[in-house]
Amino acid sequence: MTAAQPFSVRVREIVELAPSLKRFSFEPVHGGVFPTPPAGGHVLLTLRDGARVMKNAYSLVSPPSERARYDIIVRLVAQSRGGSSYLHRRVAPGDVLEMANPVSLFSLISTAKKHLLIGGGIGITPMLSFLPELKARGARFELHQLATLEEVPVFERLLAPYAAGEEIRVHGGGRAAFDLAGLLSRQPLGTHVYVCGPHSLMDAVASTAAALGWPKTKVHKESFGGDVTGLPFRAVLRKSGIEVEVGESQSLLEAIEAAGVDAPCLCRGGACGQCATPLVEGEAEHRDDFLSAEEKAAGTLIMTCVSRARGPRIVIDL
Amino acid sequence: MTVQFKPAETFRDTFTYKKSPEDLLRFPFPFPEDSYMYSVNIEPHVRGGPTAAFQAQFDVDEHYIAECKERARVLAEDPKRCQVLPHMLTAEWDSLEMIMENLAADYPEHFTLSKDGDAWTWVNRPLGIQQSFIFGKAETLPCGPFEYITRQAQGDFTLQDQREDNLFVDGGMVTTQADWSLEFDIGMSFQEWHGPVPLAHEKGVFDRALKYLLRLQYGQPVRRLNWTMTVNPRLDTSPENYPVWGPDKASVTPENVAEKVHLRVELQTLYRLPRSNAILFGIRCYLTSVADIAKVPKWRRRLHRVLRDLHPDIATYKGIPRYQQMVVDYLAPLDDGSATSPGIAPDIEKIEA
Repeated sequence: MTAAQPFSVRVREIVELAPSLKRFSFEPVHGGVFPTPPAGGHVLLTLRDGARVMKNAYSLVSPPSERARYDIIVRLVAQSRGGSSYLHRRVAPGDVLEMANPVSLFSLISTAKKHLLIGGGIGITPMLSFLPELKARGARFELHQLATLEEVPVFERLLAPYAAGEEIRVHGGGRAAFDLAGLLSRQPLGTHVYVCGPHSLMDAVASTAAALGWPKTKVHKESFGGDVTGLPFRAVLRKSGIEVEVGESQSLLEAIEAAGVDAPCLCRGGACGQCATPLVEGEAEHRDDFLSAEEKAAGTLIMTCVSRARGPRIVIDL
Repeated sequence: MTVQFKPAETFRDTFTYKKSPEDLLRFPFPFPEDSYMYSVNIEPHVRGGPTAAFQAQFDVDEHYIAECKERARVLAEDPKRCQVLPHMLTAEWDSLEMIMENLAADYPEHFTLSKDGDAWTWVNRPLGIQQSFIFGKAETLPCGPFEYITRQAQGDFTLQDQREDNLFVDGGMVTTQADWSLEFDIGMSFQEWHGPVPLAHEKGVFDRALKYLLRLQYGQPVRRLNWTMTVNPRLDTSPENYPVWGPDKASVTPENVAEKVHLRVELQTLYRLPRSNAILFGIRCYLTSVADIAKVPKWRRRLHRVLRDLHPDIATYKGIPRYQQMVVDYLAPLDDGSATSPGIAPDIEKIEA
């Protein structure tokens, strides 16, 4: 299935939360209300900087009961590919942007006895979407947010509305001081853990949980915004009969779209599997979370949204 | 044109259910071609389609009031036809919101939903209901939110929870079913509840369908049509009541076959729900007698060809071998052998008197 038709949104408000963090509020251009935002859902923004078109996914941080506006929080990344930099530097209140219907690939498990949320840095955003929903359900949960020392107060402010009487902690002492194994080992049976943040954090949670005997089905990772940049390469699109140059700050999917080819995609973060494309020639540098280790080793599929060529040229069946 | 409800018609005992000519033409005829085999025949559920049954998200037709009354009767006799497991409460509210908002948007003359924060008021004019309640507070409704809203909708509904890369049927309102039991199936996984279907497992239909549904996206509902046949216009053909309706099969004769035997179509819709990430599955049942089908030239030709050539395993699974040949024999002289257009549209504007 393909993404729904995009709609127009107007920037209603921009709030600077920290030097590199801004919250953007959007409202529907044509009045009315947005669809109920899914818990843990994200939206895709299409950003047009001259001839360059960027599509970036951002978690919705507004609660399901709020439909007059959609909020996202964007981190200005030093090595930005352009999307977050464009939002931070070029977008102003009143501007109109293109947004796709919210999508949810990171969801709360209804049968969980307890929900353990772990956020790293900007990985707080899906947790901010979960919190009002967990509160509404009266569910048992615990949240740990990892932050740099300077940003501890910022995250504490963001979490404050949900903090009363809850186990919510912001850790500013770095990963080494965060006792992940202790945290996971003291959870009651039936707990599900949800983690969003840098790949190193998500991998640490997954491997620590596995080592402690947690079932795989109780560990949930949100992955997007991972690094998709790398050496430039050429991709031959066999069915379309064209070749595209993939620049170093551009994903394969973006290069395909820039060439006017309508490629399948959904999450744009290597999670959903929608963009899996047969790899006919060349080797892939897999960066997705969808293909299994065996599938990656087989080298017959590539996820165009995050993965790249290992070498100067690949041929894909698109 | 405003629909004329027929509140007194019945779906049991006296069987006074009848279709008006307009209602016949809006029937979602299930065969897009002259033969039938299982496939993953899923398409986006967008408003508009080959017949008027596809114009709304949740279709309301002239049988609305009578069907809601029949549902209330079945529930009074057997309350277990509506069950929801406790972890599905969020999905119940999601469903209530989804159905109320769509009914109010598609049928403003019949339904109104007004909101002041979490304080909602629902008006259902055909059923004479006005209800104020607090969204999220189940104690402010006369029954659970899922039961409350599905008592006011045509067709069955189930709730599928998504976990462990599978779907589990963890709730439902099932009173108009084609011989399956919620009481038996509740809690089952996708493969378990489809276990009895012949041929389709071998074709990999269910593996592909499950993969597709696990990725079903919010705001992009999908639909498919399914079908079987039922003797008499009986909505409640449940395993629980088999002694009541099973013997009907023996009552079909060459003389009464056209009036007795009904093509039973399910317009199945699937919605991803926002808060719970569950899937709301609508199974809307439409009954049309063979005599009514015969009034539409394309449909009678095609039904004849489909039933004549149907795979015997499918016929057995659908429970129709006992009278299948009688239907074929009735339709054969009405099939002039000419070609039929692709798709399910009736290809006529009016039913000739």
